[in-house]
Amino acid sequence: MVIILRMAEEKLLLNVDKWIDNYADYMYNYAIVRVNDSDLAKDLVQDTFFAGLKSAKNFQGKSTERTWLISILKRKIIDHYRKINSKKGQAEVRMNFYDDGENEGNWLEERVPQSWENQSEKSVENDELKKQLSSCIEALPEKYAMVFRMKTIQEFETEEICKELDITSSNLWVIIHRARTQLRKCMEDNWFNN
Amino acid sequence: MFKNLRITCDEATMICDKSQYGASTLLNRLKLNIHFIGCKKCILYTKQNVKLTDLYKGYSHSCKGEKHTLSSEDKEALKKTFKLKS
Repeated sequence: MVIILRMAEEKLLLNVDKWIDNYADYMYNYAIVRVNDSDLAKDLVQDTFFAGLKSAKNFQGKSTERTWLISILKRKIIDHYRKINSKKGQAEVRMNFYDDGENEGNWLEERVPQSWENQSEKSVENDELKKQLSSCIEALPEKYAMVFRMKTIQEFETEEICKELDITSSNLWVIIHRARTQLRKCMEDNWFNN
Repeated sequence: MFKNLRITCDEATMICDKSQYGASTLLNRLKLNIHFIGCKKCILYTKQNVKLTDLYKGYSHSCKGEKHTLSSEDKEALKKTFKLKS
């Protein structure tokens, strides 16, 4: 009996080796364009293989192995998004507009857009600019950065992002709106008027 | 009727943001243009927002084609993890 169990275990491990050789790169790439963090992407891939190993006997072969593993990875990404979405004490982006009183919805004095200097000179595409654009995204709260990247950098369809992160489209647009107002200010302070 | 066409700066910038992705409605774009009549701040925001779109489009172009792969060391480490945990 022990021998049979041991043989089954080894067969499963062989499976994992095969999965890693065949699908790890694809899954890692899939994860990293969504979470933009190499270590986190590796952890998600590892967790996916673990979950796959645990439920391997339930795999019915209705889809390809890769599709099945990606569906597990998608769940892991949603779980991660929910975790960062509900993190207690996470600093929300400082609002750009008055949120009550007679000025409700108007620009806060200190957040009013300022004219940008040297635009033509500074718009030249270069590594420095790329670095600044990237660091402004990194300065966003993680969930804003994740949604902004998926929508703007990876150019996923709105429906696809909503489905993948299990959010509504109005939720997505609020996040994009907050991300963009913060990015504008970040580029103003650190690039154009620096 | 005109009261319904009035929007705040927060709403105006939200419409402007959606427009960057071609996702704003005709009515909302009309509201935005009416808002512009009395709001230079939002005109400037819009101008800069379009610039931001251009910049991030260039950034996207240079990032999107990248294929991320795991190193062979990473893959071996991953295989080892499973062997150790079994």
